[in-house]
Amino acid sequence: MTDVTFRVFRGTASDGGYQEYKVPLSEGMVVLDAIHHIQATQANDLAVRWNCKAGKCGSCSAEVNGKPRLMCMTRMDMLELDKPITIEPVRRFPVIKDLVTDVSWNYEINKRIKPFKPKPREADGTYRMQQYDIDRIQEFHKCIECFLCQDVCHVMRDHQRNDFIGPRFLIRMASLAMHPLDTENRLGELKDAFGIGYCNITKCCTEVCPEHIKITDNGIIPLKERVAGNFYDPLAWIWRKIRGKQADQRARVH
Amino acid sequence: MDHEIHEHDVIVIGAGGAGLRAAVEASNQGLSVGLICKSLLGKAHTVMAEGGMAAALGNTDSRDNWEVHFRDTMRGGKMMNNWRMVELFCKEAPDRVNELEEWGALFDRTPDGRILQRNFGGHRYPRLAHVGDRTGLEMIRTLQNHGIHQGIDVYMECTVLDLLKDGERVAGAFAYWRESGNFVEFRAKAVVLATGGIGKCYTVTSNSWECTGDGQALAYRAGADLIDMEFVQFHPTGMVWPPSVRGILVTEGVRGEGGILKNSEDKRFMFGYVPEMFKGEYAETIDEAKRWLAGDPKARRAPELLTRDVVAKAIRSERLAGRGSPHGGAFLDIATQRSAEDIKRKLPSMYHQFMQLGNLDITKEPMEVGPTAHYVMGGVRVEADSTATTVPGLFAAGEVAGGLHGGNRLGGNSLTDLLVFGRRAGAHAAAYAKDLANAPSVNPDQLREIEHTALAPFGDGGTENPYAVMQDLQKCMETNSGIVRDKTEMERGLEELARLRDRVGKLRVEGSRHYNPGWHYTADLRNMLIVSEAITLSALHREESRGGHTREDYPLSMPELEKVNTVVRERKGAMEHEHTPRPAMPEELERLLA
Repeated sequence: MTDVTFRVFRGTASDGGYQEYKVPLSEGMVVLDAIHHIQATQANDLAVRWNCKAGKCGSCSAEVNGKPRLMCMTRMDMLELDKPITIEPVRRFPVIKDLVTDVSWNYEINKRIKPFKPKPREADGTYRMQQYDIDRIQEFHKCIECFLCQDVCHVMRDHQRNDFIGPRFLIRMASLAMHPLDTENRLGELKDAFGIGYCNITKCCTEVCPEHIKITDNGIIPLKERVAGNFYDPLAWIWRKIRGKQADQRARVH
Repeated sequence: MDHEIHEHDVIVIGAGGAGLRAAVEASNQGLSVGLICKSLLGKAHTVMAEGGMAAALGNTDSRDNWEVHFRDTMRGGKMMNNWRMVELFCKEAPDRVNELEEWGALFDRTPDGRILQRNFGGHRYPRLAHVGDRTGLEMIRTLQNHGIHQGIDVYMECTVLDLLKDGERVAGAFAYWRESGNFVEFRAKAVVLATGGIGKCYTVTSNSWECTGDGQALAYRAGADLIDMEFVQFHPTGMVWPPSVRGILVTEGVRGEGGILKNSEDKRFMFGYVPEMFKGEYAETIDEAKRWLAGDPKARRAPELLTRDVVAKAIRSERLAGRGSPHGGAFLDIATQRSAEDIKRKLPSMYHQFMQLGNLDITKEPMEVGPTAHYVMGGVRVEADSTATTVPGLFAAGEVAGGLHGGNRLGGNSLTDLLVFGRRAGAHAAAYAKDLANAPSVNPDQLREIEHTALAPFGDGGTENPYAVMQDLQKCMETNSGIVRDKTEMERGLEELARLRDRVGKLRVEGSRHYNPGWHYTADLRNMLIVSEAITLSALHREESRGGHTREDYPLSMPELEKVNTVVRERKGAMEHEHTPRPAMPEELERLLA
């Protein structure tokens, strides 16, 4: 059996470094298997998050040779095995220990998003929606909250802003904005507190999404258009002045 | 003693579907609620549920109603179910699905815009509301995003070590933060267990690291009864190759969408495995099964959609007869039954999972599948209406509770179970807490004892690696209390478990308390030992085969054993077991089974 060398970040933000481990390669092996092997045989206290091991829970995000990935979905045969494979915690969030980072910021941001507010049911007690009306939102609902998009987003990395919620939560905003039953208006905070304007659509988030959600094209750009239409369209502005109320902010986008 | 203390009216342990739903309900009653979970919020095992949630909405086939759902669930459970739980479940299921939609879930639609339902094993009509093959994700995210606005305090990455007692009644829970390793005390008037399953007691399982039988073991140590622990479901279709993914779930939705099972001789073998009980309800020829798939209402369901216990055993029999697939499973073929486009639309995560992990395109080639430990039907004994356990103030809902699913669970009944009984647990725990005249108090001696046990692996003298002990425990259960059992093996299993208990007493942990998975596993191991013993002891004493419990030495179902539950409980430091009579079913429900 061939041995593969791993360079794994061990320690905390203030006191950490790389340690090398050798792991025997087996058929179909993924990076998370190798980390588990190291844990069980060489470093019982190696900290790592994981749950489903099938790409469905989004827990095992890390940087594999500098690329943000789910370790459970990264097959060893995708990597160059004659060189050491470097495994590091995701960069955007503070390291707790080894491969585990503090992602609590994301949970705080999520709480700031106004909840779903459905319209009343039809007379027969049902909600009627056509499949083609929800295909796009179902795409957004595939998000497994691995936060790789948050990790790779350069606005998030460079500025560490609290006034920019990042691609994950822009996608959540899009899924609410396009939900056929929702009646809440969130355009104001999208423009100001949530900082959609900071995104300059470099699509780094889309590239790393393990669920292949077209974050920028299908989510962020339509949201930007709504914000522009609502706040910067002169005709709409006049219309609102005449009518004395806000224009319909929930025009459908397909 | 120096540690953090939190006080709530109700604490809920576990934040999957049942825990979240219970917390929402208790909070809506105006009480202070704490929700404690081992992982980050939204990562619980519910997220992996794929196929859908069963409810007799009658959208896709108007012949469906709660009574047919009742009949299917009882027969699927081989009549071992708690009939009152099944009755409540089938009646309330549609409301819970509709409620989830009202909270933002987006199920796939019928052409007239209602919730679409899909076929699944053991369900007479298409009954599962679903979102492609990621229904669990939709459920947990919807509950999570609803729950965070209900004033619930969430304690993430926090592991409960033991329940606290004040005399007979529950007084809270003692836990530790996974990050810091520091202890934390939760004082509460009522506690809801919603900790899920036990799959990690087996080597080949669809379950995540969290499923170590925590709630069953916490309840047991607190003096509660566990029932029917011998009934463990082995899902017929787990991945078998490559080794890295062995056990990962392949949704029953593949068969619901028309997937067929074949052996190495290219034969659709399930036609030969229809049990007496289900004769006349399934297609008898390939032609009839094809007509059923095409939507002919007169044709009967394909036998691939027999209940999970039946299909899992059939795959095993084919392998033992030398007709298995190259890696010891069967072939599951959807490629010849549906278009590539349909497959990618209805089973996107299966397509993705096989493509990425198995180098296999399921729109072109058959999958290799085999049984994997998936679900425990048994669990903490609860009162049907209130979910109250035998310990005052302690409630249980979801997989950790026993009774609803009897001897075998139908696919799709679990997700709905979480909502129906999660809601009931939250409501009844809240009512209990409100009615309580005087709040319970915590006994400091109990706290010291729990701390002492938890920290023992850091002391001198330990020799055992927790990872190695866990692997050996899994191997023991896989070999001796697996899909097919016999007396000799199970007796040997109990002896091995006794030796494993000694080894758990000598665990050694390296490093500090700071986010240390080796140490975390030592707490899990204590729970897994109890659950493994409960399964093996219960299985040894049920001398028959029924549903998920199959005995090589007692291959038949015994009518007199249908009338009893197996109960295990702790008395004087040892596990005792007995068979207790099950309540008789009222006549109006009995009639539905005809």
